[in-house]
Order: sequence, then structure tokens, then C-alpha cells
Amino acid sequence: MARKNRTGCVGSAVLMALVAGLVAEGVALGQQEGRRRRPGAEARPIEMTPDQVAQLTRLANERRLNFDDLLSSAKTFMPSGRHDDYVLFSSGGQSGQVYAIGVPSMRLLRSIAVFTPESWQGYGFAGDQDPVIESLKIDGKLVGWGDTHHPALSETKGEYDGQFLFIGDKANARVAVIDLRDWETKQIVKNPLTISDHGAAFVTPDTDYVIEGGQYATVLGYGYAPPEEYKAKYRGMVTLWKFDRARGRIDEKSSFALELPPYWQDLADAGKGASDGYFFVNSFNVEMASGGVERGQPPFEAGASKRDMDYLHIVDWKKAERAFKAGKAKTINGFPVLTIETSIAEGLLYFAPEPKSPHGVDVTPCGKYMVVAGKLDPHVTVYSIEKVKRAIESKAYSGTDDYGIPVLNFDAVKEAQVELGLGPLHTQFDDKGYAYTSLFLDSAVARWALGGDYAKLHKDQPWKLVTKTPVQYNIGHLSAAEGDTVSPDGKYLVSMSKWSVDRFITTGPLLPQNFQLLDIGAPGTAMPVIYDMPFPVGEPHYCQMIKADKLKSWEVYPQIGWNPHTQALDPRAPKKGEEGVTREGNKVLVKMTAIRSHFFPEHVEVNEGDVVTWRITALESTKDATHGFCIGAYNINLSLEPGEFQEFTFTADRPGTYPFYCTEFCSALHLEMMGYLHVKPKSLATGEAGR
Amino acid sequence: MGRVMESLIGPRVPVVELRARPWRYLTPTFLFMAARVLLLVSIFFPYWHMELEAPQYPNGLFLTAYVNHLSGDVREIDGLNHYIGMRPLGEAAAFERAAAVWMIIAMFLLVEGAAFVHSKWAVVLAVPAILFPLGFYLDLVYWMTTFGQNLDPEAPLSSSVKPFTPTVIGEGGIGQFKTYAEFGNGYWMAVAGAVVVIVGFVFHRRAYKPLAERARMAAAGGAGGAGGGGV
Repeated sequence: MARKNRTGCVGSAVLMALVAGLVAEGVALGQQEGRRRRPGAEARPIEMTPDQVAQLTRLANERRLNFDDLLSSAKTFMPSGRHDDYVLFSSGGQSGQVYAIGVPSMRLLRSIAVFTPESWQGYGFAGDQDPVIESLKIDGKLVGWGDTHHPALSETKGEYDGQFLFIGDKANARVAVIDLRDWETKQIVKNPLTISDHGAAFVTPDTDYVIEGGQYATVLGYGYAPPEEYKAKYRGMVTLWKFDRARGRIDEKSSFALELPPYWQDLADAGKGASDGYFFVNSFNVEMASGGVERGQPPFEAGASKRDMDYLHIVDWKKAERAFKAGKAKTINGFPVLTIETSIAEGLLYFAPEPKSPHGVDVTPCGKYMVVAGKLDPHVTVYSIEKVKRAIESKAYSGTDDYGIPVLNFDAVKEAQVELGLGPLHTQFDDKGYAYTSLFLDSAVARWALGGDYAKLHKDQPWKLVTKTPVQYNIGHLSAAEGDTVSPDGKYLVSMSKWSVDRFITTGPLLPQNFQLLDIGAPGTAMPVIYDMPFPVGEPHYCQMIKADKLKSWEVYPQIGWNPHTQALDPRAPKKGEEGVTREGNKVLVKMTAIRSHFFPEHVEVNEGDVVTWRITALESTKDATHGFCIGAYNINLSLEPGEFQEFTFTADRPGTYPFYCTEFCSALHLEMMGYLHVKPKSLATGEAGR
Repeated sequence: MGRVMESLIGPRVPVVELRARPWRYLTPTFLFMAARVLLLVSIFFPYWHMELEAPQYPNGLFLTAYVNHLSGDVREIDGLNHYIGMRPLGEAAAFERAAAVWMIIAMFLLVEGAAFVHSKWAVVLAVPAILFPLGFYLDLVYWMTTFGQNLDPEAPLSSSVKPFTPTVIGEGGIGQFKTYAEFGNGYWMAVAGAVVVIVGFVFHRRAYKPLAERARMAAAGGAGGAGGGGV
């Protein structure tokens, strides 16, 4: 870098330019801080030699793989260190959690604890008054599990933005908010109106609201009425949870609900583009069957399936928001509800007939069409939002339901019906004008051609089945890459097959589910299954697939002493040098730090009966340098991720000597990362003031 | 008194002479100015880097030394060093880092002074700037050796990692780590500054030595036209 000066009278300008050049070069290099690139990781185009072809052929034959299998392997295999293109966020069913899976490799990346305490993540094992446990209580009673059904990634202009994930708990009508910076649950809201839900969670195109549709009708506000009063007293509902993106929390005070007839509301989807401002909810049991097989009544399964048509609920949520803000809601169990009468008077709610006990309602990427999958009817029925708007305007009603809600004329709002096969449930989309519908009874994924504006994207006949791929078995939901957004990617589709039967080694009578990856990249009839992934943690429902580079995850917490509950630096977090144990009466405060490979302090002495508040800061700032902290027999285990602060309180009611230790292997001296909690028996502790 | 002063700072350049040959006198001035700028700017650039590679750090660990501070993965390196009983990096060369900016400002002013001294004494003013890069290197060697050789014998890994002399420049290793160390751009700027100062003195000598000799001869009452004699 020391450049030779030219002899003679070199202009000073040249020298100064040299200096400037050096500075500029220095700035550029300085930013890299001398980082050198490690070898490997980069792939080069290959060309197989005859010898390699022979080797591969031999191996394939030994393992009984055919050529399609080799192609599938090549499409899904990820060499060590290579990252997946997409992340699939899946509900975890009765496990109450959310799972993240890499696509196309189908490797399980992480579980996210949501409704069920989970010890690895230290979720719900932080002593008394653990904020996690508190958030899981309903009316003061711990409901420590959930039935997660439908994850919803936050959206901006109808695109996944990778910031938040919402998920509903069908069993208890709760909605959780997960922050995708640290992949942790931040909030759980309990619906004050109803016990169970189903259509949760679905977001409006800019995530203004998180939609939670109900399922089994009850008396709103956890009320009681005998089944004979079903029609008069039982009600359905749909709740609009207002999301405050800046705070990363649902704003319960700005949220409201619509009272609905006691039909069993099912799945929901928010309108977008042409249908922005509306959302749609399916229903079944408009028969209002109240069951009673034990009393000689038809069972629910028959009674709720008698009629040929149920009702697609069409809700004008922007209008509903205005009515709510104008004070037109009444309060049930402290929560604002727009009654059926208000909805009729304000024109917030319309019905469109839909055949027959349908399941999913899915809005096409442009927002012009709503696709309702028939479940007990072999068609998908496609509705046009323009026709719906026109029918509402011209009052093209075929009548009203029992509660006076206008029912739009089926033929006036229907765009098309496409016969696909038995048991159509859910629909996703690609970028080439095709839709993909799961067929539960047929155990297949159907690709069919959209019509209207989409017809010009493909050469197939509009509104017509193109092909079906068998899946194993009993597919429920399906998910294509960004397949429910305004711009699907047209790659990869995951079939969430509910029965695996013979696909894997038998694991006792309880078998895993089967996530099957389909390659939908090629048009036409080729849509092969390229991977089977056992999903052995619960019965999942919906999942969403987001482009991996949209996720802006933190590698470590932004500052040492970060409180993940508040997503901010916590002033209570002990800093290095502030450690110690102090006492005030029978209240003991432990300030502790954790760094490889020790806790500070290592001995904590308390007296039997003391109320101990324990604060720990992980002083680490290196990616993956996570510690755990457990106190055996006191039901305490924390996950201390780099920079994380945790606090817990417990009563030292059991005397003895309790080793505490790091529960996440952190270093060569991990086993030495321990200490003792000494709980002095009352008999010995009397008369002692200090520690 | 005046005579001593004159012999120290050398002769002034007559205006006529300056107009006749501006570059002859301005070149050393500009070179010294360039050297000063290089030295000053070097404060903002790394003087030395070390990259540490180990299997569990696929992206490596980095240590960057500026004249007045350390940056990079200092916390992590300190954390690892405690296993072998090495003192925290922040305790090394604390005085040097605190004084570095002032030292550079002092050298800046001394080199500026050198531009106004038209005698051989100018060299004395520039000696610190010329020797500075060497001094930095020797100080680095001193601290690395001191730290490497004085490990806490009570440290957890003291039985597998014995006191050692870290490699200051080039490839070295300790434990499962491979180390690569090199000078940074700041250091090379300081070196360039020193070289430019030396080159400046070639031009300095060429410009002022004849003037000084003429002045001496004039003072000795010797012959020879004061204004004559081109180069």
C-alpha cells in the first residue's frame, strides 16, 4: 500500500488524490474487518462422468430407488449448511404449539410453545406468577393446553411480511401472538364470548384485524341454556381483534365481535384487492340440529347435514368497524358485540347459499373470487365479489334466514362450480392461474384451472379440473408457497395428510401424521409427491409457507438484559458486578448472571419459608450460546438465550440442598456450570437475620 | 541568539527565489502535509486484525485493533480466554490506547513544524512519525507475549493449554483455534506516512541545503552571487 512517489515535481493534487484513494479503499476494507471467506459451501455445476453415473445407478438399485425417486431426492436434499428456501409454520393441533419446518428439505427447525407449557423453551416453568402460566389461565384456572388450528402470518398489502404469526386455539377460543424476531409467544387473548372457535386466525390484508370465527354455538359470554332453547339462546359469533403492530400486541380494548346465528361457523378468509373490506366465513348446521342421539334424536352428524345448502357469511368489516366506533355495539361479558339486528339494520352481514356443509372458503389472489370447498358436495363453488356487491345493491335476495338476515340469490352470486371429486376441503393458489384443492375422501390433491382474468395465464379450459395426485392419506389442509397471498409463488405444496397408515415404521397404535411435499412447479399433469415427513407431535391443521428471506429473526437478543415478555431492555436485569443476595424480612432477592461456564453467585442460602425472587441475566452475546437454568424439585427451568433476562419467584417451602445447573449444553465446562440453593430448615434458621 | 535560532530553523526563502522555483520549495511542504493527513486519518482505520477460526465458529471470530480501541468479538474472545487463564484484552496496552490519539496529534504538529524548519534539525522533529509504525509493532509484540506467557495456572484448561507466544503477524494457533493476523489499513497509512516523510526529506534537503550553504558562505563573506546558480 506504500506507493512509490514519482520523482520530480509531482503535483500535490496527485498526492492528495492518492490519500483520498487510500481513505476510500480503507473504508471499504475496514467494513469487512478483514473477514476472509471460508472455503466450501459454494456449489459448482456438475457434469457426471460415466463412472459416476454407474456409481449412482448401482446405489439406486441397491436401495431400490427408481429414477423419479432420485429426482425427488435431488429436489429436496439439502447439503449440510445449506438453508431452505421456505419456512412452513404449522399448527400443532392438540400439542398446543406451532412448528417451523424448512421447505423443500422438510426438516423440523423449531417448535414454538404457545398454549402448552414447554420445558426446553422454559415456557411456563418460571415459578409462581409466571407470566406464561398467568396468560394461560381462563377465569383464574390454568388451561395448559390448546388445539392450535390455523396459523396466520402478518401481512402488508396482502403479502406475508414475516413479522408476526397468529394462531387460534379451537378448544378454548384463544388467539396467540408470536413475534417472529425471537419466535416466542408474546400474548394470548381469550375470547370473552365463546368457549370454542375455529376460524382463527385470519388477518385482513394489512393486519388491521385478526379474525376469530366461532364454531360450536353456545350462549355468548359463557352463559347457560338447555339444548331445547338452542334456537332462541345459543349464538355464533365472529370476533375482530384489533392488532397494534407497533406494540406487537392485540389491542383488546379496540376489538369487537358480531353476533351470528347459531350455525356452526367454520373457516374464514379476509377479502383482498377487489374484495378488500369484506371477510367471509363458512357455516354448517344451518339446520340448527341440537343432537341427542341418546334420546333417539338424529345425531349431530346426520342432523347437521340434512339440508342441501348452508350459508356463506359475507361481512363488510369496514362498515362493521364504523358501526362499532359509532357506539352501536352492546356489551356481553364486558366485550362489545354488534347484534344480529344491528348487522341487518346497518347492512353488515349477508348470506349466500353454499352446498353442503362446506369447509374452506379461500379468496383468490386478486380477490375477485371466493372458492368454497363442498366437503359433502363434490364441487368447489366459486363466487364473484362483483356479483355479490351487485346483488347486495339490487337486493337480489332469495329471502331471509330465520333471524332476518338477507340471503342473496345463489345464481346471482355464483360464478362457477367445478367438480373435483369427493370431499373437497381447502384451496390454495399458484402464479399460473391454477388452484389446488384437497380432496379428503379421494385422498388426493386436485389442480384445477381458474377462469375469468386467470384464464389468460394458462391454456387449460377455465373452471375445470386438470389433474389429481394421490396422497397418503386423508388430506386435510394443504399449503402452497405463499399460496394464500396476493402473489403466490407457484412452488411446492404441502399436503397435510391426516393418516399415514403404512407410510412409516409402525409406532404403536398412535401413528404420526404425514406432511407430503408436492412439486407443483411444472404445469400440466405432473405434480409428484417428492417427500414424506412424519409429523409426530399432534394433529395439525393449517400451515403457511413463507419465503425464508422475509424472516428477519434476531440471532441474539439486541441488548444484554433483554426481557422477551416486554421486548425491551429490562432495568431490573442484573449487570456484571451487581450480583448478590439481599434480604428484606422473609423476602430474598437473588441477582445472578450467567456466562460460560459459571453462574454468579454459586451459593444461594435462604431460610425455609422465604419468598425468593430470582433474577438472571445471560451475559452472552454469541449466536447459539444459550444456557438453561433449573432448580430441581422446585419445577423451575429457564431457557437463557444470549442476552436474555428472566425473573421468577417461588416460596422456598422445602428445606434441603438443591443443586441448580445449566440445562443447555454450553461449553466444555457445562457440567461445572452449577451451584447450590441451600434452604435452611426452620429449626436451624431461627434468630438469623442476614443470610 | 538570532544566530543560534537561524542555524536551527535554517534560512528563509527569498520571495524572488520562491516565485522563480515554487515547486522546489513547496514539494517538501506538500509531502509533509500528505504524511500528516495519512497519520491523522489512520486513527479511524484498523491497525491490526486477528481472525480466529474453530469448528464451532463457522463465521470465525474477529479482533480488530485501532490505535485507541479494540473492536470485534472482544467479549467472546475474553470469554474463551478465561478458560486458559488469559487476562481480558481490555487490560492490554491500556495506557497506549488512551494516549494514542494525543501522540498522533503531537506527531502531526511536529511534522508540521518540520516543514518550517529549513535545516537538518527538521529531521529530529519527524523522528517520532517515522518510528511510529515500528513502535506500534513492538508494543503489540510486547503485550501479546506478556499476555500469552502469563496465564493463570488455576484456569480450567491450564493443563491442556500452556503459556505460549501468540503469533503477532501471520498464521498461528492455540487450542482448537487457528489464528490469522495481519496489519490493517490504518497501520499501512502510518507506514505510508513515514515513507512520505522520508521522501519529503529528500526534497527538503534538495531545496534548503543550497540555500543554507549560500547563507553560510554569505555570512563567511565569501564570493558567489546570492541570486545566481540554477539547479
